[in-house]
Amino acid sequence: MTSDLIFDVQNVTLRFGGVISLSDVSLNHKRGEILAVIGPNGAGKTSLFNSLTGVYQPQEGSITFFGRNAKPISIIGKKAHRVSTAGVARTFQASRMFSALTTFENVKIGAESHRGIGVLGAMVKGPATRRGEKMSDARTIELLDFVGLRDKANTISASLSYGDRRRLEIARGLATNPQVLLLDEPAAGTNPAEKIQLTQLIRKVRDEMGVSILLIEHDMKLVMALAERLYVLNFGSVIAEGTPDEIRANAAVVEAYLGSTTSDAEELK
Amino acid sequence: MIASFWRNPHARRLGISIVAIAVLELMTGPPGNSEAPTAGIRESFLEASSFFGLFRTARWVVFFFVAILMFAIWTLLLWKGSRIRSGISSVLAAPRAASQRRPVRWGVGLALLVLAFMMPHIETDPFWQAAMVEQIAVYVLLAIGLNVVVGFAGLLDLGFVAFYAIGAYTTAWVTGALPTPPPFHIHFNPFFAIPMAIGIAMLAGIILGAPTLRLRGDYLAIVTLGFGEIITIFANNLYGITGGSQGSNPIPHPSLHLGPIHYVWGLKPVPYYYLTLTFVVIFLVAFSLLEHSRVGRAWTAIREDEVAAESVGINPLKYKVMAFAIGASTAGFAGVVTASQSNQIFPSSFTLQFSINILVLVIFGGMGSIAGVVIGALIIQTAYSFLLHSPPQGYQPADLYMYLGALLVIMMIFRPAGLVPSRRRKREIRLSESGEGHMDEVLTGDTP
Amino acid sequence: MGAFGHYLTGHLATLRLEFWSLFVGGVANGFLYGMIAVGYTLVYGVLRLINFAHSEIFMSGGFGGYFVMKALIGSSVPSGMATVGLIVLGIVVGGTVGALVATLLERVAYRPLRRRNAPKLAYLISAIGASYFLFNLAGKEFGRYSLSMPQPYINHPVFTIFGATVQLYYIVIFIAGVVMLFSLDRVVATTKLGRSIRAVAQDAETASLMGVNIDRTIALTFIVGGALGGAAGFLFGLGTGVVYTMGFVPALKAFTAAVLGGIGNLRGAMIGGLLLGVAESLSVVFVQAAYIDVVAFGILVAVLLFRPTGILGERLGRAA
Repeated sequence: MTSDLIFDVQNVTLRFGGVISLSDVSLNHKRGEILAVIGPNGAGKTSLFNSLTGVYQPQEGSITFFGRNAKPISIIGKKAHRVSTAGVARTFQASRMFSALTTFENVKIGAESHRGIGVLGAMVKGPATRRGEKMSDARTIELLDFVGLRDKANTISASLSYGDRRRLEIARGLATNPQVLLLDEPAAGTNPAEKIQLTQLIRKVRDEMGVSILLIEHDMKLVMALAERLYVLNFGSVIAEGTPDEIRANAAVVEAYLGSTTSDAEELK
Repeated sequence: MIASFWRNPHARRLGISIVAIAVLELMTGPPGNSEAPTAGIRESFLEASSFFGLFRTARWVVFFFVAILMFAIWTLLLWKGSRIRSGISSVLAAPRAASQRRPVRWGVGLALLVLAFMMPHIETDPFWQAAMVEQIAVYVLLAIGLNVVVGFAGLLDLGFVAFYAIGAYTTAWVTGALPTPPPFHIHFNPFFAIPMAIGIAMLAGIILGAPTLRLRGDYLAIVTLGFGEIITIFANNLYGITGGSQGSNPIPHPSLHLGPIHYVWGLKPVPYYYLTLTFVVIFLVAFSLLEHSRVGRAWTAIREDEVAAESVGINPLKYKVMAFAIGASTAGFAGVVTASQSNQIFPSSFTLQFSINILVLVIFGGMGSIAGVVIGALIIQTAYSFLLHSPPQGYQPADLYMYLGALLVIMMIFRPAGLVPSRRRKREIRLSESGEGHMDEVLTGDTP
Repeated sequence: MGAFGHYLTGHLATLRLEFWSLFVGGVANGFLYGMIAVGYTLVYGVLRLINFAHSEIFMSGGFGGYFVMKALIGSSVPSGMATVGLIVLGIVVGGTVGALVATLLERVAYRPLRRRNAPKLAYLISAIGASYFLFNLAGKEFGRYSLSMPQPYINHPVFTIFGATVQLYYIVIFIAGVVMLFSLDRVVATTKLGRSIRAVAQDAETASLMGVNIDRTIALTFIVGGALGGAAGFLFGLGTGVVYTMGFVPALKAFTAAVLGGIGNLRGAMIGGLLLGVAESLSVVFVQAAYIDVVAFGILVAVLLFRPTGILGERLGRAA
């Protein structure tokens, strides 16, 4: 039963001082699924992401990640880099690339971060280092092709457009060979054409690479088109779960959105 | 009235020129003392001086002339600056493009290396031969080492001297020159001190680094500052171990007996020069390979955005500790050279001033740029040796740190990426200034 | 009971015996640390960076006071109102020189970088450079040796408390420290300047939208912090003398105090100063005098590692 899950989140509570950011959140993410978490601003979506990736440490509850070969791994208490090594990749709300480096270098850093370090080898550029470099280069080019950034490989990443930055972040995440890719508002700041391409890319990641997708998004159109199942967060709690059609029909969700911004609620309809 | 005067851009430029030159006048003037605190200041302005060899006059006249000249050049640059600048860059475009090409870089590097090896035969003055080791080669080595910490990993280490001291005291220890007996009571040849000093300095780097490198950058600076100071306190007070302020006993010179090769380093500086130069070359090659390896890229990633780096599986602490240990190892080796060459070591040689001195070499040359720090170190240390060799009137050796301090401020205002900037670093600074990137978060921990 | 137990009992007996006299000395040092620490905390509040050159503000205040004392005190030791007048004058001059140096520092080493929105690393390096420049310039102009300050009084014991004698020097520090720190606290809590400082500390962008002049507030913050640091320099010099390198160790400790209380937190800096002063003073019983600086440094590292927000927590706005 559990083997078909990728994330199993049980009763997670996260506090900052007296402020409760997540309260008793439970959710599950099936392997191979495109799952979305929606909710108004400040509902705790990014807190949830940061808890799933080891950036925040929730005080209560458990987060189990079923990694390679469905091996269960407890996320809470793990550092962010360990979570990444276990097979969780992510993008950030406001893109966080290594902005002074080229597109190629950005992805390559992701591709090579999981191998042992080998400083001495690097200092003499030994055969193992050369082999590693060659492998990372090949993998990087493959991924740049996959996301469609091959022609911008040598561009400094800070000068990429918003849409390209998202692609870059996705490629960098994929370079770490993840089981699941967490996307934090991938459509923010992109134009309609880029949005369509992004939707296609995300689907392609799941279909061709078999990577499960968990995304947070404000853009309802994109979510409804892409997600197979949704969770709705409000004030740090899960208030609804279901398929896009079920969510559209859910009164509590409409209520939550009417309480925040009408335009979002309009989109929901 | 003063405010409105200050708002006039011409008057402002004139004012700044005069004040800047007046400060320079003070810096180059004769020293004062506490009995007559104003004497140094007064004489800085009033002392007789030659007006560019034309006639004799008071210093302030000369400097006032320089200030006016500075104002004139500044105004000219503002007026026609863009044209002059574009002219200069078009003239420089060809050599700059050439310098990017690999064969050219290798050629220049090789030529410099040959020159470096010939140097003791070109310059045979004993002062300069000693300076080549003690003031230049060793400092180049140290600058390359600190560059790994400050330039590559972006960690402001103000306690670099600690590892240098550890290297020097390890040498004294293994050769039996400390009150505490050497390991296994064997008096080693200082040659064996090289691996041991490098190892112990690295170990110290790891021990200090593992807990403190979690701290944000500005706190780390203060902690390393304190650590450098504490090493001096221990060296000064642990009489039974270090010999206290009296210093160590005489340290023997290294000798090499490798099969048919027998060589004894003596009091002459030249053999030490070659020894140091060899290591400089080794470290240069190793560190530039490192910079362009995955380790170097990981350092860049951490420096730019630690959170993003972690999200792709880079363990920041591990890489930072590694940078610290690698930097420490070069300082440790430099300590061996200094100890075995100077014969005796004292706690008073290992001061905070030393750490800052090395930092200036890195900042001036261009942090993160290996060629830059080598050039920076060569320029500053050669200038320092010149001042030591034939000090101009009014100059005291300790004044050096005043100039170095001023140089740091000037570099940060006008050329923060250094004389020969690393391209990555320059880009980072520019991006950070335009609000891109997350460099500050890493430094001050202002995570949102 | 083992050897260590024996060692501990012996030292605890000494501690019991010497406690109050060490305590009094520690409080006096603590006030000085507190006066320097508020400078770090104020600047941290408005600029979010550690003013590495604060030590030289302290040093220049010391020299300012030294030259006034040297000029005004003749061969006979003053007494009565003359003493009071001289001390007040020394504090005022020390404070003025400190404020002046702080202003120059802000203008030359910080403001050009702020205009350019430079990375924080540049500020740190610039401040380190300024610090090196300033103290070595002082060394060049005033000599590189320690100078004892002409005393405006005879430092006799005034009264005893729990068997500890309290000397006049300590009383001067107590009074000056209490008056200055209390006034600073009131200034930050009640005046318009204080409100601006707190507003900038909380959120510089919003503050500037609300009509607070950021440049002016930052400049005034440097002046206030510099004045207290300079005055502390004079008071320190009165007891220990002045030398161009005098700023380094007290400033490192004051920084420890500021972190101990929670950097950016005004009252935290004052309390941190007193705590550090007393802790350091009492540690004399357990370690050799030469290692006292090591104790302070150990406290700094421990606080940074285990409670980096300090006792009262960060943020200027919240505390005052």
